[in-house]
Amino acid sequence: MEDIFRILEKDARTPPERIAQMTGRSVEEVRATIKKAEEDRIILGYRAKVNWDKVAQGRILALIEVRVTPQREVGFDAVAARIARYPEVHSLYLISGDYDLAVQVEGDSIYEISDFVSNKLAIIDAVQGTVTHFLLKRFKEDGFIIQGEDGSSKRLPIAP
Amino acid sequence: MSASRTPRTHQLVSQRAAAIPPSGIRKFFDLIAATEGVISLGVGEPDFVTPWHIREAAIYATERGHTHYTSNYGLLELRREVARHLEQRYGLRYDPATEVLITTGVSEGFDLAVRALIDPGDEVLCPEPWYVAYFPCVHLAGGAFVPVPTNMEEGFRVQPEAVQARITERSRLLILNYPNNPTGAVMDRETMGRVAEVAIDNGLTVLSDEIYDRLVYGVEHVCVPTLPGMRERSVLLGGFSKAYAMTGWRIGYAAGPAPVIEAMMKVHQYVMLSAPTIAQEAALEALRRGEAAVQEMLEAYDQRRRLTLSGLRSLGLACAEPQGAFYVFLSIAGSGLSSQTFAEQLLREEKVAVVPGSAFGASGEGFVRCCYAVSAQEIEEALERMGRFLARHRQ
Repeated sequence: MEDIFRILEKDARTPPERIAQMTGRSVEEVRATIKKAEEDRIILGYRAKVNWDKVAQGRILALIEVRVTPQREVGFDAVAARIARYPEVHSLYLISGDYDLAVQVEGDSIYEISDFVSNKLAIIDAVQGTVTHFLLKRFKEDGFIIQGEDGSSKRLPIAP
Repeated sequence: MSASRTPRTHQLVSQRAAAIPPSGIRKFFDLIAATEGVISLGVGEPDFVTPWHIREAAIYATERGHTHYTSNYGLLELRREVARHLEQRYGLRYDPATEVLITTGVSEGFDLAVRALIDPGDEVLCPEPWYVAYFPCVHLAGGAFVPVPTNMEEGFRVQPEAVQARITERSRLLILNYPNNPTGAVMDRETMGRVAEVAIDNGLTVLSDEIYDRLVYGVEHVCVPTLPGMRERSVLLGGFSKAYAMTGWRIGYAAGPAPVIEAMMKVHQYVMLSAPTIAQEAALEALRRGEAAVQEMLEAYDQRRRLTLSGLRSLGLACAEPQGAFYVFLSIAGSGLSSQTFAEQLLREEKVAVVPGSAFGASGEGFVRCCYAVSAQEIEEALERMGRFLARHRQ
């Protein structure tokens, strides 16, 4: 089962027929496994990884450190769930260290992000404070190297 | 007046060098270079780049100024790590001080071993098809090369009876190369044990090139010196090129009885001095922390192997199921073409490069070697093109 996920994780467009051949399973089994994994939210989705830096108007990304007062019974979960609902929030993690939540926010401009921080995030009751870091340059994202050589093969076409 | 001069005929190239047959694959270089959009299954190395932590270790070694010669035997640290690796994997014990030699790839190790083990006129037995370097190296050492044919029906595994049948007074050395290039064959323990008995009964030394030892799929790799009576009469060659995707580093090792390793070192010290230091540092890192990368690459090769085999089956093409390395040795009997013609026409008509089996000795005729260390998309596209080609040429 894990081998199927690893293949899809590398290339989500790999057709079930090919996965079946690669793993020695039947096409039916591969299809059923994928379907079940989608239902169980093991596979969360399939999407293209777009390098927006190459598109005319790049995107602005910010990492926001958020300090939060944990609440009785629910700890950080309730406030985290609230923050996660904003579509601007790209990813959200509870982390150890100096602050509690790491929020990744994406927007078309600096103003959009500062508007989100000051008018949406900072005013949530449990939020004690925020520190916003704007990203200056992307080097690697989700395993894709964006800047520099991608390390593609330069083999001799024929060798003993 | 000067006396008339009749200059002696000038012979530039030695007869020995001239007698090396031209490589069966060299002409394909030019042909491929002149063609756009070729999918090459003619490659002979991993498509992965060396894992970053290994490259980084080499950069770090360079930064620290590790740019000098090492001991002729190689860095002791690396020899210790090789010995530890062989003990952990195969339960073999070699003394890192006297029984391990670091070589500039298995290619050099092979040449050294042949030079250290045979005298002119000695016969060297070798299962055929064989890796392209074996015959020339034996020839350069003055040995007589005795091919032991294998066939598809027996999965290209060398049969003990076939070895026995070719033994003469002059038989001295038996070359083994499993997992095999070009056939992908892997020997089972029982058959290999009987081959070893033939070697013992006839006083042969065994030179075992196990460069592909890590690339086996769902079967056991039988390491030759682990067989009864074999450790003291065999030289084991291993390396980093295939398992760790380190072909360009040119780094390998030999392990065997101290007298042979010493003899090999004597040749090595004059022709190579020591293996590249930076590559030795990289190899050390590979052995220490490279296992996760090996496993990841192994899974990818196995997936492509299955994809290739299932594609070939649907084209109705025959091959022995390869259990190791990353090659399929494909029968082209149905085309009625020689392997050389098949490979040339396939390249011209469908832009797929394969290696003609005849490059690996007479038993390779009627086959082509396809390497599946390419992407799944390329495998599928190449198979589709081969299907079209075969439909036109099938007899």
